[in-house]
Amino acid sequence: MTMMNSDVHQLVRRWRQLALTAAVALASQSALAVNDLPGGPAVNQLNLQPAVTKIAHEQAWLHNMMLVICLAIFIAVFGVMFYSIFKHRKSKGAVAANFHESVKVEIAWTVVPFIIVILMALPATKVVVAMKDTTNADITIKATGYQWKWGYDYVKGEGEGIGFVSTLDASQRALSDSGKPGEVDNYLLKVDHPLVVPVNKKVRIITTAQDVIHAWMVPAFGVKQDAIPGFVRDTWFKAEQEGDFYGQCAELCGKEHAYMPIHVKVLSQQAYTAWVQDEQKKLAAKAEDPSKVWTMDELMARGEKVYTANCAVCHQPTGKGAGQFPPLDGSKVVLAESHAEQLHVVLNGRNQMPAWKGILKDSEIAAVVTYTKNSWSNKTGQIVQPAEVVAERAK
Amino acid sequence: MSAVLDHPTGHVHDHHDDHHAPTGWRRWVFATNHKDIGTLYLLFSFTMLIIGGILALCIRAELFQPGLQFFNPEQFNQFTTMHGLIMVFGAIMPAFVGFANWMIPLQIGASDMAFARMNNFSFWLMIPAALMLVGSFFMPGGAPAAGWTLYAPLTLQMGPSMDAGIFAMHILGASSIMGSINIIVTILNMRAPGMTLMKMPMFAWTWLITAYLLIAVMPVLAGAITMTLTDRHFGTSFFTPAGGGDPVMYQHIFWFFGHPEVYIMILPAFGIISQIVPAFARKRLFGYASMVYATASIAILSFIVWAHHMFATGMPVTGQLFFMYATMLIAVPTGVKIFNWLATMWRGSMTFETPMLWAIGFIFVFTMGGFTGLICAVAPIDIQIQDTYYVVAHFHYVLVAGSLYALFAGVYYWGPKWTGVMYSETRGKIHFWGSLIFFNLTFFPMHFLGLAGMPRRYADYPMQFADFNMVASLGAFGFGLMQVYFFVFVVIPMMRGKGAPAPQKPWEAAEGLEWEVPSPAPFHTFENPPKLDVTATRVIG
Repeated sequence: MTMMNSDVHQLVRRWRQLALTAAVALASQSALAVNDLPGGPAVNQLNLQPAVTKIAHEQAWLHNMMLVICLAIFIAVFGVMFYSIFKHRKSKGAVAANFHESVKVEIAWTVVPFIIVILMALPATKVVVAMKDTTNADITIKATGYQWKWGYDYVKGEGEGIGFVSTLDASQRALSDSGKPGEVDNYLLKVDHPLVVPVNKKVRIITTAQDVIHAWMVPAFGVKQDAIPGFVRDTWFKAEQEGDFYGQCAELCGKEHAYMPIHVKVLSQQAYTAWVQDEQKKLAAKAEDPSKVWTMDELMARGEKVYTANCAVCHQPTGKGAGQFPPLDGSKVVLAESHAEQLHVVLNGRNQMPAWKGILKDSEIAAVVTYTKNSWSNKTGQIVQPAEVVAERAK
Repeated sequence: MSAVLDHPTGHVHDHHDDHHAPTGWRRWVFATNHKDIGTLYLLFSFTMLIIGGILALCIRAELFQPGLQFFNPEQFNQFTTMHGLIMVFGAIMPAFVGFANWMIPLQIGASDMAFARMNNFSFWLMIPAALMLVGSFFMPGGAPAAGWTLYAPLTLQMGPSMDAGIFAMHILGASSIMGSINIIVTILNMRAPGMTLMKMPMFAWTWLITAYLLIAVMPVLAGAITMTLTDRHFGTSFFTPAGGGDPVMYQHIFWFFGHPEVYIMILPAFGIISQIVPAFARKRLFGYASMVYATASIAILSFIVWAHHMFATGMPVTGQLFFMYATMLIAVPTGVKIFNWLATMWRGSMTFETPMLWAIGFIFVFTMGGFTGLICAVAPIDIQIQDTYYVVAHFHYVLVAGSLYALFAGVYYWGPKWTGVMYSETRGKIHFWGSLIFFNLTFFPMHFLGLAGMPRRYADYPMQFADFNMVASLGAFGFGLMQVYFFVFVVIPMMRGKGAPAPQKPWEAAEGLEWEVPSPAPFHTFENPPKLDVTATRVIG
């Protein structure tokens, strides 16, 4: 009962807050000074985003064609209706006619729309065929949907072997929670590692997912493809313009659905080649020795980063959990002397928790487990080394 | 069946309703009278409309401006999910069943529905289902948050409320199937002598076709959610890829139900509009036969278009083309209906009482939803607007401005017959114009949001979408207020009998047997099969 009461109070407070914000917003209509985001949405944009691929151009053309035809029919049909409404009203002395059938007219208005519809569909057919033609790609990239981030692996073509995870900027996620995000042009669209591709090259995107269905979409490319766990689908684009292009996950994938954006950076061929070389150097440098023994400080520092980027959305920065997401602060599993259960859960997932074995490296898992064991009120002093993770993986 | 037909010819019921009609709570709990059950359905659906509406306002309050101000994203997903489920299964569908209960026996000259006790059961089944749906908010982990489409494998991650939701869907499905059987048997067996099928009022026709659709697809939904249930608890892997299942199969099964379902929600609306337009144009419905054929064609086509909801799942070229063409074909019979209504109005002698306003509003705004549907059907365009606010705008144009407007039109049109009281014309008009303006204020900007790429089911959105979202939220609160106004100033006075007494036939040119009985319609009507004139619209003895 007290729960209910406090809920009610909270609701009342929220409504009051709403009334207030409404009043303030109305009073300061033009207070928001947000700019258009090139490659993303423009302020109060009315039509599709400017196209940078052939397919997107054709989609825009189809849409405008349909819009014009539909508007013309709409105006014609409702012109007739409103003419009738104004002319044929009883108050103007109209007397009802007696007709209620005409085979000729009825056949006409069945056949004519049929022809119009077929004429509309014909140009679309060509585009469907072109959209689905993913052959002869220069570069193939696998996009994997995770709750709630995108993993990119360069599978074929220049850059083969590069792979990284792309996550929404943590400060923007925090802004969203604050309720007052202010004026940020790329709000909810900024990621840590954008997908990088060269201009004027056919890029084939293979989509799949780890947990639930996601959808990879970039409006400027005219691309939207569901990423389905256990299955592989593909789509393609050939960007004709350098720049940054944005999209968001387009299939409901749970709590953080609104927070897994897509950012594609289209570079010139030279810049792309330079980027690839740079990445490959970093990759070589990153290759780590699994038997290296880490110090507590190293693990804690690294663990905090991993925790904030991956765990805090559900278990909260305070470790207290929320709703169906259990607390880690004071958790039996976290405090346990044996590390096996916690490592098992982190690697393989449990209930709503995803399996992290494919996403995080051994050292990251070791770091984040160490971090949870020694943060908030957890003071176990235990250290988990990457070697233990390797051992647990082998089980 | 003859037993059913013979029953009302007995003379026991003739002059003492008061002995037979139970009073107090028994009258409603043990109700077997089609009019009482119709009333129960209508009140139930209005209650659910309000609950679903409150959820919608929670959604719009959160989306009023960027950032999370009131709810966390998990609650937000619960609201969108439950708003959809409650509106579809709790508000729109039962409201049409309420209309069917009230009007079909009156329109075809039958004494009651064929299976009176099953009728009672199919109503009262909905109460536990509704309680379970609404109560799921208070279960551990909150209400289901996987969207009203309940896509796997997201449903497999939900808490115990998902099981309650599945159970509720099963019960609602059983209730719908029983209601449909009742309607089909009533229409096919209990028409007054002389009322051939092709003389039947359009509302009865559209419901006959709808009832077949319901019987065909509700079991399909039941199958889909049962598989979800066994995947969740009994170790099957219909939709879990790890065990060899296919999440996309869920979508195929769901939309095989889901697309006919949207016609289930619109065909009876077509029926209501087809009754009202001729009444106020003072002219017979144009192209009655083609109306019937168009309705049947829409129903048949509805079974072969389902995958247009799934263009983004990555179907093969031939699949996309087939579903694109089939979907676009639906525009043809739908167009026929619009043209028939226009031709009915053409050279009529129109007046614009509230039911007619709603009917014209329906034709105008529903057609906009029809056109956006045509645009969505074009697969390459759909790749841009699938799962964006464009789709949200589209289906609210056909479901709110379609189904709900037709329901309101019907309430104003037949309300005097139900209650024996005329509504206030001024209040009806305020309700209509307010709703029309606020509806468009809410949903028109969503077309722009969708084209610009704002995905649906988002608790927070980029800044560039802020202004249109604010307009939509303001419109939504206005629209909600108009429905409260409707309840307080139109429905309650009518139910309390406050207002001018309604004549037997309040509308000059309305046709049909429902206008052959007094207002309010007595507890028992047409106990003896009436003798009809040649058009089957008048009782001649």
